[in-house]
Amino acid sequence: MRPVFFCLLVFVLSACSGPMNDPYPKSEDGKAILYSAFDEPPKHLDPARSYASNEVVYLAQIYEPPLQYHYFKRPYELIPLTASALPRPVYVDADGRPLGADAPAERIAESVYEIHIRPGIYFQPHAAFAGKRELTAADYVYEVKRLAHPGLHSPIFGLMSDYIVGLRELGTELERAAKTSRGWLDMRRYPLAGAQVVDRYTYRIRVKGKYPQFVYWLAMAFFAPMPWEVDAWASRPEAVADNRTLDTWPVGTGPYMMTEHRYNRRIRLARNPNFRGEAYPDAGAAGDAAAGLLADAGKTMPFIDEAVYTKESESIPYWNKFLQGWYDSSGIGSDNFDQAVRVGAGGESELTPAMRAKGIALKTSVATTSFYTGFNMLDPVVGGLDERHRKLRQALAIAVDIEEYIAIFANGRGIPAQGPLPPGLFGYRDGAAGINPVVYDWVAGKPRRKPIAEARRLLAEAGYPDGRDAATGKPLVLNLDTMARGPDDKARLDWLRKQFRKLDIELVVRGTDYNRFQDKMREGTEQIFEWGWNADYPDPENFLFLLYGPNRKVGAGGENATNYVNPEFDRLFVQMKDMDNGPARQAVIDRMVAMLRQDSPWLFGFHPKDYVLHHAWLKNVKPNQMANNGLKYRRIDVAARATARKAWNRPHWAGPVLAVLVLAVALVPAWLAYRKRQEARAR
Amino acid sequence: MTAYLLRRLLYAVPILIGVNLLTFALFFLVNTPDDMARLHLGVKRVTPEAVQKWKAERGYDKPLLFNAGAAGLAKVSDTIFFRHSLAMFAFRFGASDDGRDIAGEIKTRMWPSLAIALPTFVIGLAVDISVALILLFFRRTYVEWTGVVALVAMMSVSSLFYIIGGQYLFAKVWQLAPISGYQDGFNAARFVWLPILIGVVGGIGAGARWYRTLFLEEAGKDYVRTARAKGLSEARVLFRHILKNGMVPILTGAVAVFPLLFMGSLIMESFFGIPGLGSYTIDAINAQDFAIVRAMVFLGAVLYIAGLILTDVSYTLVDPRVRLR
Amino acid sequence: MPVLLWTDALIFLLVAGLAGFAYLVRRHPHLAVPWRRVAADPLAMAAAVVLLCFTAVAVLDSLHYRPALPPGPNGEAQYAAEVNSVLDRALAVLVEHQEKSYSAPFATRLFAKEAISLPDGRTVRDYPRLAWGGAHLADPDRGRAGDIAGKAGLGLALGLAAWLPAAWLVRRRLAAGGARRAVLATLLAVCLVAGVLAVLAPYYHVFGTDKVGQDVLYATIKSIRTGVLIGALTTLVTLPLAIGLGVSAGYFGGRVDDAVQYLYTTLNSIPGVLLIAAAVLLMQAQLETHPDWFETGAERADLRLLFLCLILGMTNWTGLARLLRAETLKVRELDYVIAARAFGVSDGRILTRHILPNVQHIVLISVVMDFSGLVLAEAVLSYVGVGVDPGMMSFGNMINGARLELAREPVVWWQLVAAFLFMFVLVLAANLFADSVRDALDPRTRSRT
Repeated sequence: MRPVFFCLLVFVLSACSGPMNDPYPKSEDGKAILYSAFDEPPKHLDPARSYASNEVVYLAQIYEPPLQYHYFKRPYELIPLTASALPRPVYVDADGRPLGADAPAERIAESVYEIHIRPGIYFQPHAAFAGKRELTAADYVYEVKRLAHPGLHSPIFGLMSDYIVGLRELGTELERAAKTSRGWLDMRRYPLAGAQVVDRYTYRIRVKGKYPQFVYWLAMAFFAPMPWEVDAWASRPEAVADNRTLDTWPVGTGPYMMTEHRYNRRIRLARNPNFRGEAYPDAGAAGDAAAGLLADAGKTMPFIDEAVYTKESESIPYWNKFLQGWYDSSGIGSDNFDQAVRVGAGGESELTPAMRAKGIALKTSVATTSFYTGFNMLDPVVGGLDERHRKLRQALAIAVDIEEYIAIFANGRGIPAQGPLPPGLFGYRDGAAGINPVVYDWVAGKPRRKPIAEARRLLAEAGYPDGRDAATGKPLVLNLDTMARGPDDKARLDWLRKQFRKLDIELVVRGTDYNRFQDKMREGTEQIFEWGWNADYPDPENFLFLLYGPNRKVGAGGENATNYVNPEFDRLFVQMKDMDNGPARQAVIDRMVAMLRQDSPWLFGFHPKDYVLHHAWLKNVKPNQMANNGLKYRRIDVAARATARKAWNRPHWAGPVLAVLVLAVALVPAWLAYRKRQEARAR
Repeated sequence: MTAYLLRRLLYAVPILIGVNLLTFALFFLVNTPDDMARLHLGVKRVTPEAVQKWKAERGYDKPLLFNAGAAGLAKVSDTIFFRHSLAMFAFRFGASDDGRDIAGEIKTRMWPSLAIALPTFVIGLAVDISVALILLFFRRTYVEWTGVVALVAMMSVSSLFYIIGGQYLFAKVWQLAPISGYQDGFNAARFVWLPILIGVVGGIGAGARWYRTLFLEEAGKDYVRTARAKGLSEARVLFRHILKNGMVPILTGAVAVFPLLFMGSLIMESFFGIPGLGSYTIDAINAQDFAIVRAMVFLGAVLYIAGLILTDVSYTLVDPRVRLR
Repeated sequence: MPVLLWTDALIFLLVAGLAGFAYLVRRHPHLAVPWRRVAADPLAMAAAVVLLCFTAVAVLDSLHYRPALPPGPNGEAQYAAEVNSVLDRALAVLVEHQEKSYSAPFATRLFAKEAISLPDGRTVRDYPRLAWGGAHLADPDRGRAGDIAGKAGLGLALGLAAWLPAAWLVRRRLAAGGARRAVLATLLAVCLVAGVLAVLAPYYHVFGTDKVGQDVLYATIKSIRTGVLIGALTTLVTLPLAIGLGVSAGYFGGRVDDAVQYLYTTLNSIPGVLLIAAAVLLMQAQLETHPDWFETGAERADLRLLFLCLILGMTNWTGLARLLRAETLKVRELDYVIAARAFGVSDGRILTRHILPNVQHIVLISVVMDFSGLVLAEAVLSYVGVGVDPGMMSFGNMINGARLELAREPVVWWQLVAAFLFMFVLVLAANLFADSVRDALDPRTRSRT
């Protein structure tokens, strides 16, 4: 049997010239195709409901909201995308009289945003259109109305109905309408006071009160244009049966359009032939020009013809295929870190010689993310705002050595959080002024974690000397609720237990599945949990609202997962959120952050640094935490890629040939025995 | 014969109902519709109203088994059980919890699964039988002894090691196959040969040993002794008598598992990124997609019963003495 | 304070049951006949010695207690929340010797470079010395090989010294022959390995350390209990069900038979992994909603293990029940059973007196044959994500974790290799022993040779 198998192998080999491990069809050779992967299929691609980071990867290339972030400039800056200019809100009072830009927030009844879009922008080709279809203001208004569509469950409907005038009422009306008619709901028939077409290229959005963060939403796909023809087309029963709904096949004006969507297998984006063409930016942050990022300035984007995303459920195959050149860029898992990156004596990261020899480049940026360990403030043991419970939490905050955590599990890719705000956001403070005085001392120009003795003292004051209840003598047992259960998580949880043991506290890990975990969070029966938050937009409000009392999880169903309620904090929050960035706002934020450090509802974790590796042939890569529409900026040197792939993927025959030889030698005794028997018989 | 088949098919109905009830109970105890709704609505900013709406759309807001509020027949038919479980008897699997047609997915994902499972099965069968015959041929020599120990050793290795080791050596170190992935049509060969090789090698230990016991049993029978006494050559005895007669239990056994090949291999597929039914199932377990797992359980039960019936039929074909009544 | 976990109780029950069975066999010569055949098989006896060693480790690891703390303010005794086993106590040195992260077997330095601050304030990037591994060496780069060789020699000598009295005992109890030689040789091997490990382990990490710096040897030894428990308890907990249903279906026939057949055909027709996955998810939910069922993390993991055994058993009992039913059908028609029935002997008496003794060999064969398969199944289930508690040390969890390490460069191989070795030896021994038991007990194979 083995020779047969071997022949088959040889046949397979001869059938394909080029590398034997090429995972792509021959027809794609030599094309400017970007290869990437996803581990979970996008669940929703409808711009009104998509909110996950693995969905925006596609949406941001296809849909164009009126605004976008400047791809290279830092701090993040909004610039027009389809709009002709950044909209300035006009404030009006309760009687509709316009107010000045510096009017006090309490007098402002509405902010009116008038957005003018550029003419001559066309949608991608689509069966729903008769010919080339131009983008109009009505398409934007149509999409705003879709946020209230009862069948779409837009995740921001709740939030936006607090702001956009008439959106909540529209939701109720649409709900009634949906009950009587199945199928397509034509949004054009339902007026919305808060979003109206002014002329063919202008529309107006009315927002209740002052909401300076609103412009950031205008850079998200929720506010992308939606032509009514496409909505009608995709709502037909045939389209639904064919999985051609808007939730699976986006249709937009952007540089790319979806040409293949095999659910959970492959997604292919190709150049949109109707794309107007956008010039590559000619300015960037300091150093961008030197890094060659502006070499393509003024050229017409996009550069890449296609982008193929393949399902890759495991991280190991992805990493190995990246090293073999089959993927163009990759993150770095903690297990691959040593192989890829060396941290210099001064803490700076550089690639290992092996990586540099391959021409791989490293790009880093601090993510606008906060990881933290939360205490449920409703819990009788760890919750509560009184001195005793506060001290328990503070003791734990000192004991859990985040620096070590970052070193072991993130390979140093992160900065210990001193408060809820990540760097890069307004309100974040650097240096000595920015440290958390509860956990750190400022020593020799660096924050230093307080000694464990300090934590033990706090613990004793909290009523648990040596980790035992002073009243009963019972050892203190705390519970961590987590849905982590992968192999990597075990090491992490072991480490966390070790941290608590420093204070002689036993930490019990209550592993649970996703649903159960969500249940606990909603009912407030968890004790300690791990959580994180990614910024929606670069404003401190987006983090501080996570601790705003009326926004608590239990009872209100909000995002305040620790159920922290501090009236003073809540008062400051309301004041802070409408302020414009400036020293006054900074002062309020400082007070709020100080309050959080004292109360310690969060055990501040860290802000991760994103490390991205890419091959030399992929150009114009710069990590951007806010903008997701980076594909149009990228360029691929196809020839260089083909050469490298060929050189890196030579098959090694020595091993298998040796294995077959060993097997053959092992069969020699059998052959000899057979011969012997034959001879014996012959004799 | 026809009457017999009909009876067997009828007998399958209560079994399938039992399977249905069991999975239904299991999954609704684990995952209440509320849980499912929250899982599928995403992580950020989910309101209770959205959960209610989601349930209503998928018919999960109905009572589980008995609808007291409805009239007449609807008392039974307007329930989750009736609408989501019994429909499967018509192979109407409905949509998965993320709204995709399950039957369609199964149809497309069946082929990659078969592309691995079928060759693994056939080649594995051939290799295992050959190894068993070789061992039999060298009976009572040290070849047999070392061979048997080697087989036991091979079956003592966890299948995970075969996969991990095979993938590491062939795909990563020697670069002879793509590490993962799949393409349709003829190109599939490049992706499937390694999983097939690993599957075959991993199965030799248990398979060859099992066939060896079958052959040994056959070799102990009187007619074999007679044949040998007549002076037939060892090879002739082996192939003409032992193999021929031993094939009956082997083939009927193979027929029983044959339909289940459609289900694919859970672990192999997810390791090699093959978009088959096995990885479909694993993904569904991880995503807790109730509808898919339920459909796969039902499909598995149907295929299992089909295998049983096929076995009975194949007995009559192989052995004319067996009559099905 | 001693703690009796559920699985502890069951494993003691199992050991007691085995002892009782051995006593029974010795008393009844007709039962002893097949076992004598097993005892004469060198391979089986060697395997049995290995299995006994693994079981001993598992039993030691099942003697749980909570260490006492200094008494509380009211004077009553207080105990730590942490549950330890006698084995943990014996291996305390391994638990204590925790490094920061990965280190290779016998390494004296960490596996990855780190920034080290020198006394003069400068920082360099180098491989830091381990806190424990080879810490006794003044110059780790030169003295290490000699030190290891010396310690290994000492270990061999110690192993030999431990082997001698054991060998003397074996020589007295066992008759001369191939089996005795096999037992002695296996014992020697076990003693030597244990001796070398015992001497080296306090000074080096023999199997290296894992990501959080835990000694891999410790994790491997702790995994033995999980493996043995899953292999042994799964069949045990479902034996009553399988025997009860299988035998009564065969004996009573009619409606009972129909019902039992329906039950196991239904269960059988569901793909095993899916049924297990669904049941494990259900079990997790139950554990979540009843936090009062357990006081400590260990109890929680234990309960989960017990439920996993039960669930595995639920999908496993059908095979045994089917075999028992078929065998009972045959035994029922034997002359003396028919005679007994004609004399009006009660069903219960016939079942216990005549039927059960005649089908016991099937039960035994099934128990030993299933053992290895279950140990292997645990690893696969852990991969699917429905295995034992992630916090529990098991071969499956080790392999699953080690999978990620293979992607590193240079590759971290020791955890995978350690899990592979121990698991392989355990399963191989179980398979060899099971083969021999089947050959000895199964009348079909007995008549063959």
